[in-house]
Amino acid sequence: MNNQSNAMPESFQAQSAAPGALPPTRPLYWSVRRELWENRFVYVAPFSVAGVFLFGYLISVGHLPARIRELSSVVPEHFQAAILKPYDIAAAFMMGTYILVTLFYCADALHSERRDRSILFWKSLPVSDLTTVLAKASIPFVILPLLIFGITLVLQFVILLLSSAVLLGSGLSVASLWTHLPVLQMSLLLLYHIVTAHALWPAPVYCWLILVSSWARRAVLLWAAIPVLAIAGVEMIAFRTSHFATLIGHRLIGGGPVDATGPGMFPTDPMTHITPAAFLGSPGLWIGLALAVAFLVLAVRLRRYQGPI
Amino acid sequence: MACIEARGLRKAFGKTIALDGIDLRVEEGRILGLVGPNGAGKTTALNAILGLTPYEGELRVLGRDPWAERDHLMRDVSFIADVAVLPRWMRVSQALEYVAGVHPRFDRAKAEAFLTRTSIRPDSKVRELSKGMVTQLHLALVMAIDARLLVLDEPTLGLDILFRKQFYDSLLNDYFDRTRTIMVTTHQVDEIQDVLTDVMFIDRGRIVFSSSMEEFESRYVEVIVNPENVAAARALKPIYERQSLGRTILLFDSVDRQQLKPLGELRVPGIADLFVALIGDHCAAAGAAR
Repeated sequence: MNNQSNAMPESFQAQSAAPGALPPTRPLYWSVRRELWENRFVYVAPFSVAGVFLFGYLISVGHLPARIRELSSVVPEHFQAAILKPYDIAAAFMMGTYILVTLFYCADALHSERRDRSILFWKSLPVSDLTTVLAKASIPFVILPLLIFGITLVLQFVILLLSSAVLLGSGLSVASLWTHLPVLQMSLLLLYHIVTAHALWPAPVYCWLILVSSWARRAVLLWAAIPVLAIAGVEMIAFRTSHFATLIGHRLIGGGPVDATGPGMFPTDPMTHITPAAFLGSPGLWIGLALAVAFLVLAVRLRRYQGPI
Repeated sequence: MACIEARGLRKAFGKTIALDGIDLRVEEGRILGLVGPNGAGKTTALNAILGLTPYEGELRVLGRDPWAERDHLMRDVSFIADVAVLPRWMRVSQALEYVAGVHPRFDRAKAEAFLTRTSIRPDSKVRELSKGMVTQLHLALVMAIDARLLVLDEPTLGLDILFRKQFYDSLLNDYFDRTRTIMVTTHQVDEIQDVLTDVMFIDRGRIVFSSSMEEFESRYVEVIVNPENVAAARALKPIYERQSLGRTILLFDSVDRQQLKPLGELRVPGIADLFVALIGDHCAAAGAAR
């Protein structure tokens, strides 16, 4: 909240310097701020999940020395896999939180302001529909990825410190733990995974929800799901296949055009390769992004016509 | 320069015609009251002026096309489109910060000074405020914006008389400076009769009456007729007659005051009385038909 007090004198300087004109980024900045004021769950949920996970880990960490002793006898690959497990699970929890928070946020994005009639207040200020929609889209595509990345890193670091402390306390060497943990690789891979698998790849799903939230009078998630269910249903009856349902599920859970989701696909698994060329070269990605942009453009247009419901 | 200028302004929702070819011109520095029965098209007209709804016909607000240039227009136009549209989750301090952040003509110190005269605390959430306090907060925000046009759509709906009076007093004393233009709709039109410089009646999507208040006061006169003069007074063709506390009250349009003076007590009619005289009959008929 410190930047709150810092931001104020700035705003007055800007006003006295140039009345009548503001840099175009200022309405965007304040629109993002208002999203975070209104939707506190965007940051409360990841922090809470991290806290709960840490609490669980604190309970289980007592067994760590015994486990390390037991594992010392097995093959190094298994040892490394066992060492990495809590970090993978931590990351998986945070990714799940990202997906859930994003789905709920997007489904409410352009709906809540119509529901509580506050759209009439927002529209009374010189903030364009484009700025508003961009500010809302920045939550799943900018704010949450950064937030999730930061929290996951800190969480993994705290787990590392905790386990080191416990090992040292029981007279074991931490060397094996630290040498088997590719810290830099892990964090790079984490960032890559968040951006590709959870921000860019499912972008059309998030933007579809934002679009439906600008149109539906109620039950946004239901209206968003109905066309998907209808297409999948028709496909299943007519062709006895389920490509569409698989496609949507694949988009939603993350993954990417190259790697199939499944066990061993946890973001910290060093066996997973960072393959940006394959990712960027995949037509599926670009088709998805084009759809996402189209959905957002439609949402901007729709908001222009929308009033309170 | 005209603040608002409309020619043939039309808006239809499906088969319902909300605005049926309105022509109007509002000069800068006026306080216009827009009066009409429910569903007459008041809010639609205001929405068109504010760029909230597309329309047919020609409309310029401060020289701009409100639908095409709404984002720009909102730097010079403020509005309270309805009571209680401030987001309920917002804190008072956040509202001030946000408006200061996005509005180039917002004077935060002015809004804070206004709020210190109320019992609104900066850390309160809007949901914790009473209806009257929410309106005060909204007014504080709007009055601190150096706008050229302020549009108020039923700004005091559901407030008690003290808040309503305070609302218009603040507006006149702290805000209006004769260069700004204010457009207001309200059902409590008699309360703001002294505030207005112009009045306009809208009915079934058309402007049926438009006048400055000076013209209104010189043209219309109401006579509380002495019982023995009722027949004589009726001969002068009043446009409306009503009974109140056993007295007959007649409303005259452009009748010489010297002629009326001997018949009873003369006074300026209320806008509401003229409204009933001009529009009330068919409304009552429509009501009965329903």
